[in-house]
Amino acid sequence: MSGDSPSAGAPEADSRPLPDEQPGPDERDHPEGRRNLEGIRIDPVVEAEHESRRAVISALVEDEPGVLARVSGLVSRRQFNIESLTVGPTTVDGHSRITMVVEETDPGIDQIEKQMAKLKPVISVGEVAGDAVTSELVLLKVEADDPAAVHAVSEMYDGRTVDAGPDTITVELTGDKASIDSAISAFDRFGIVEIARTGPTALARGDTPTAPGEKPGTAGEPTTHDD
Amino acid sequence: MSDTAAQPRSDADESDDGATEEPTDPDDGPAAGAVSTGAESVVAALEAAGAKTAFGVQGGAIMPVYDALYDSSIRHVTMAHEQGAAHAADAYGVVAGEPGLCMATSGPGATNLVTGIADADMDSDAMVALTGQVPTEFVGNDAFQETDTVGVTRPITKHNYFAGGADTVGDTVGEAFELSRAGRPGPTLVDLPKDVTQDETDRTPGPATPPAGTDPDPNADADAVEEAARAIEAAERPVCLFGGGVIKADASDEARTFARSYGIPVTTTMPGIGSFPEDDDLCLSWAGMHGTGYANLAITHTDCLIAVGTRFDDRLTGGIDTFAPEAEVIHVDIDPAEISKNVHADYPLIGDAGRVLDQLTAAVREAPDAAAWRDRCEEWKETYPLTYATPDDEPLKPQFVVEAFDEATDDDTIVTTGVGQHQMWASQFWTYTEPRTWVSSHGLGTMGYGVPAAVGARVAADTMGEEDRDVVCFDGDGSFLMTMQELSVAVREELDVTIAVLNNEYIGMVRQWQDAFYEGRHMASDYTWMPEFDKLAEAFGALGLRVDDYDEVAPAVEEALDYEGPAVIDFHVDPEENVLPMVPSGGANGKFAAAEDQL
Repeated sequence: MSGDSPSAGAPEADSRPLPDEQPGPDERDHPEGRRNLEGIRIDPVVEAEHESRRAVISALVEDEPGVLARVSGLVSRRQFNIESLTVGPTTVDGHSRITMVVEETDPGIDQIEKQMAKLKPVISVGEVAGDAVTSELVLLKVEADDPAAVHAVSEMYDGRTVDAGPDTITVELTGDKASIDSAISAFDRFGIVEIARTGPTALARGDTPTAPGEKPGTAGEPTTHDD
Repeated sequence: MSDTAAQPRSDADESDDGATEEPTDPDDGPAAGAVSTGAESVVAALEAAGAKTAFGVQGGAIMPVYDALYDSSIRHVTMAHEQGAAHAADAYGVVAGEPGLCMATSGPGATNLVTGIADADMDSDAMVALTGQVPTEFVGNDAFQETDTVGVTRPITKHNYFAGGADTVGDTVGEAFELSRAGRPGPTLVDLPKDVTQDETDRTPGPATPPAGTDPDPNADADAVEEAARAIEAAERPVCLFGGGVIKADASDEARTFARSYGIPVTTTMPGIGSFPEDDDLCLSWAGMHGTGYANLAITHTDCLIAVGTRFDDRLTGGIDTFAPEAEVIHVDIDPAEISKNVHADYPLIGDAGRVLDQLTAAVREAPDAAAWRDRCEEWKETYPLTYATPDDEPLKPQFVVEAFDEATDDDTIVTTGVGQHQMWASQFWTYTEPRTWVSSHGLGTMGYGVPAAVGARVAADTMGEEDRDVVCFDGDGSFLMTMQELSVAVREELDVTIAVLNNEYIGMVRQWQDAFYEGRHMASDYTWMPEFDKLAEAFGALGLRVDDYDEVAPAVEEALDYEGPAVIDFHVDPEENVLPMVPSGGANGKFAAAEDQL
C-alpha cells in the first residue's frame, strides 16, 4: 500500500490541546496531606510511627508434604523478619503446629497472619497472647575439663546432662529466651564446642485457644474447623 | 519430546495424532463414572468441572492424559510453545469467565509454563495447569525431563498439588479446578506422575468442591457496610476506583448502578478497564503511571476513595506517601490479606464485589453533595485530555492506529496486547465500555502476551457462540517477536484474529525511559534488526499487510478485519513517540508529566 496524499489527521485530535499546552506539575494544586510507608494517613499533629516488636505467631496446619516450605517460602519472599520457626505434631493425626517468632511492626504482624491464612494447608493462625507460655530447647556441648563446675552451672539453670565423655559434656536446657541466653553465657567459660537451639515454641495460658478457634483435640477429632 | 519412562497405555490408532483430532461427540466417550485409569479420571474430573477447552503441548510424561483426551468432549488446542498455552488459557479464562486450562509435559514443558502461570497469579486469573511428571519412583533422582514442578511453581500458584495415586487424582484435579475460581481467583497446578495417570483405577472422581476455608462469605459485615455508607454520604469529593476484581466478580452492573445512583465519579485501575463504560460522563478513565491526568488528579484530591477489587499496585499508586493523601479509604475485597497491605483501609469491607456494592447501594440513604466536585473533575477532563500531535510531515502516530481500529469495530471487540508502549496506547486511545473486552498482562508485564492471548480470546469467544465478535491484538515489534510462533496456531485453527504490530523498531518503553532518565543512551533498546512482519505473516499462512502512512490505515484496517482468518498489519509508526501522561516511578500521581519536557 502506498499513498502520497496529506495526512488524514486523527479524528478529534485537532480539537484537543496538545501535551505541551497542558499545565505542568507545578502549575497544579497539590494536597498537603500524606501517608507513611505503610499507607496510613499521617496525622500532622500526632505523627505516629510504628515500632517493630517481637510477636509469637502460632498456626495449626494440615500435615501435608511441603507445608513447611510453603510457610517459610511465604515469609522469606515477602521479606518479613523471622527470628525462629519451630514445627511439630499436635495431638491430632494429620495436624501440626508451627510456632514462629517475628520482629515486625503491628501492620507487618497483621500481614503475616493474613498471608499465612491464605495458604490452603493453614487451618488457623493467630498471634499468641502476650502472657503465653513460651519455651525453647537448647543442647550445649562443652569441654569436659572441669566436670563438677559444668554440673554446678547446669543445676543452676535446671539443666540435665545427657551425655558425658572424657572430652565433652552435653547438657540439655529448656526455658524462655532470656534464661537460655543467660545459661549460654554462663557455660561460655567452659568452652562451648557445639550448640543446637530450637527457637521458642508457645501455648496460650489457661482456656485461651492458642490459634484462633482452636479447641482441645484428640486423635481423630479436628481441633478446629469453622467450616 | 521423547519418552523413556514407560510404555503407552494402548496402541490404538498410532497413525493419528490425537492432539489435533476434531473433538469427538461427547456421547461417544466413556459414560460418566466409568473410568479405568488415572488419566481417564483426570479427564472425567475436568469434564465434570465444566472445562470445554485445553491449550497445551504433548510430551512424554503427559501422554496418558492426552490419550484420555482423545475420547473427550474437551477441545484441545495444540500451541507452538508451552508459554503460549499458559497465556492462551489465561486469556480464555478472562474472556469466558471460567478457569482456563493448560497442559504440558514434565521438565521443560512445565518450566515453559512458568511465565504464564506467574502472569495469571499476578492478575488473579483463574487457571488450571496440568503438568506431566516422571513416574513416582524416579522423582527426586534427576530423571530425564524431571523438574521439581511443585517446588518451582509454589510461589506463583494459589496452591499446587502432587498427585499421589490413580484413585485420588481425579478428586485432586476437581479440587484444583474449583479452588482456582473460589474466592479470589488464581492459578492452580496439578503435577501428574506418569505412573499415577497410567495406573488402573475404577474410582470415579466425586463432586468437586473448593477446599475448606477457601470460599469465603460473599457478604461484608453489615455494621461495617453501614459505617462505610455514612462516610460516603458525608464525602464532598468521592471517587470510585474499580479494579480487576470488579470484572472477575462479574460485578460491572452493580458497579455501574452504585456510581450512577449517587453521582460518584469513577476511575478504574488498568485491569479494571471495562468495568465502567469509558463513554459515561462519570468516567475518568484509568489511573496510574500512564493513566489519564484527570483520573490521577481525582484520586489525588478525593476525600473518600471507594476502592473495589484492587490490590493498590505501585503502578497505580505511585509513591504511597502521596497516594490519595486526604482520602478516607473504603476498600472492598474478597481477599482479607489485601486489606491494608499497601494502603491503609479506614473502612474494610471483605466480600464479593457485586454483593458488597449491592449492600452499599442499599445502605447509602443520601447521595453525597458532590456537584462541585463533579464540575472540577469535568474541568480536569477538558484541561488534560489524552492527545497527540499529528502533523503531516511526521511518521504515522501509533495512537491514530488504535483510534482507527476502535472506530472500525463494535463495542464488544476484544483487545489483547503485549507489553510496552503499544499496550499503553491501546488502553488510552480505545474507548472500552464492556467488561472482559480488555485482555492484557498487568502485574507481571509479560512481553509476548498478546498473540497467544488473542488465540485464547478467539477460542473463548467461539466457544461461547460469539463468532461475530472481533479480536484485535495490539503488539509491539519486540513483544510480537517473543511469541509470534503462535500465529501458526491461529492459521491452523482458522482463528479470526487481527494483529496490529505498532512497529517503532525500538523496545519503545525502555527507549522512552532511557531518554527520560538515562541521558538518551539507547543501550540494547534499538530494534532495527526486525524482520518484515507482513512477509513473515504470509510465511505462516496468514494475511500480511504493511502500512507506513496515514491514508493507508483505514483501508488496511478494513481489509484485515474483513479477512476470515488471522491477519497481521505491520504498522511502521513514529519511533520517537512517547507515552504520555506519565507519573515517574514512585512519584506523586498529581504531578504527572503531561509533556516530555516535564519529566
